[in-house]
Amino acid sequence: MNTNWPLWEVFIRSKQGLSHKHVGSLHATDEKMAIENARDVYTRRNEGISIWVVESKHVVASNPEDSESLYDPANDKVYRHPTFYDLPDGVKHI
Amino acid sequence: MAEHTLEERFQAKIDAEIKIEPKDWMPDAYRKTLIRQISQHAHSEIVGMLPEGNWVTRAPSLRRKVALLAKVQDEAGHGLYLYSACETLGIDRDTLYEQLHSGKAKYSSIFNYPTLTWADIGAIGWLVDGAAIMNQVPLCRCSYGPYARAMVRVCKEESFHQRQGFEILLTLSKGTEGQQRMLQNAVDRWWWPSMMMFGPPDADSPNTQQSMKWKIKRFTNDELRQKFVDVCVDQAKVLNVTLPDPDLKWNEERGHYDFGEIDWEEFWNVVKGNGPCNKERLEARNKAWDDGAWVREAAVVHAEKRRAKKKIA
Ligand SMILES: [Fe+2]
Ligand SMILES: [Fe+2]
Repeated sequence: MNTNWPLWEVFIRSKQGLSHKHVGSLHATDEKMAIENARDVYTRRNEGISIWVVESKHVVASNPEDSESLYDPANDKVYRHPTFYDLPDGVKHI
Repeated sequence: MAEHTLEERFQAKIDAEIKIEPKDWMPDAYRKTLIRQISQHAHSEIVGMLPEGNWVTRAPSLRRKVALLAKVQDEAGHGLYLYSACETLGIDRDTLYEQLHSGKAKYSSIFNYPTLTWADIGAIGWLVDGAAIMNQVPLCRCSYGPYARAMVRVCKEESFHQRQGFEILLTLSKGTEGQQRMLQNAVDRWWWPSMMMFGPPDADSPNTQQSMKWKIKRFTNDELRQKFVDVCVDQAKVLNVTLPDPDLKWNEERGHYDFGEIDWEEFWNVVKGNGPCNKERLEARNKAWDDGAWVREAAVVHAEKRRAKKKIA
C-alpha cells in the first residue's frame, strides 16, 4: 500500500496584526494532522498564534521564466512612486 | 537559449548575492550538490538524536531531563526543516529515507561514536553542537533560498543546545574528583571526532572550490576548523579541562592556535562504516522505520475514512 503522505505548505502568523508567512512544508495524511504537525515542527517556541496549511499541489505559482513579461512593465512606470512628483520644499505634511 | 548563457546568468545572480529559488533554472551539478549536502545534513540531525536519546531516561535531574528532551526534539525538527528544503529540489521524502536506511547516504561520522557517560551529553552539546554551529552559521547565507531559510531557524535553536552542554560540563567541573575525571575523559574522547566534523583538509576536498563559487559554502573546511579551535581553547579553561592535543599552542604570528595532526585514517574508516556504532545507528533507524509501518498505514486509512464521512455529512 502506498503510504506516501501528501506534502503541505505551512504559513504562520507570528502575531496579531501581521500576515501569515510561509515557513516551510511537511507531510501529513490530512488537514488535521497537517495542523498538528505544523504546530510541533514550526512553533516550538511561540513562533505563531495562527497556522494555515495548504496542500502543496493546490498552490499555483507564476513561472520564473515569465518574470520579465510579468514584472518589467512596472519598471518604466516611475509615476507610480511619490518621488516622481516635484514639489517645492515649503510644502509640509504631503 | 543556449545552455552556457543560462549558466552565465545563473552565476551572475550568485555573484550578485541573489538567492536561487526552487523553480529557478540551475545547473544540474548545483542541484545534485545541494541534494547531497542538504540530505546528508538532514540525516545527521535525525541520526544525531540516537546517541543523546540514550541518556534521556538516565538524566541526573528533572531539569537536565526536560532540557535534553527539548534538545533532542529540536534535532528532529532540524531534520524535518532540512528534508523539506531538500524536497524543493525535486527529490521525494521516501527516496531520501530509503537512501539513509540502505546505507547509501552518509551522515556526519560524529554520530557513530558511543555516549558512555553522562559527561558525554555535556561534551556533545559543547563540542559537537559547537562545531555544528560553526558550520551552520555561514550556511544561513547559502545561495539556495530554502536551505538558507531552514538554517536560520536551525541556528536560532542551536545556541541553547551548546549552552546546556556547557552547563552540564561546568557543573561536573565543580563536582567531585570522580566527576572531574568523567568530564576530562569525555572531552578526551570527543575532541578529535569534533575536529573531524569540518571535513577533510582543503587540499583533499576537491568540491570545496566549486561550492564556494556557487556560494553554497562561504568558508573552507580548514578555515572553520581553525575558528573552532580558537574559541574552544578559552572555553576549556573555564571548564578546567585539557584539550587532548600536546601541539596546541598560540601562534603569535598567525594570530591563531596551532594544533596537532588529525588522524584522517580514523575519519575515513568511520565514514566507510567501520566506526564503533555505524551498524547500531543504521539498525536503530531501520527498526524505527519498519516498526512504524503500521502507524503510517493506519494514518492513511484513518484519513480516508474521515474524508468519506465528511462527504456524507
Ligand atoms: Fe541540530
Ligand atoms: Fe543541536
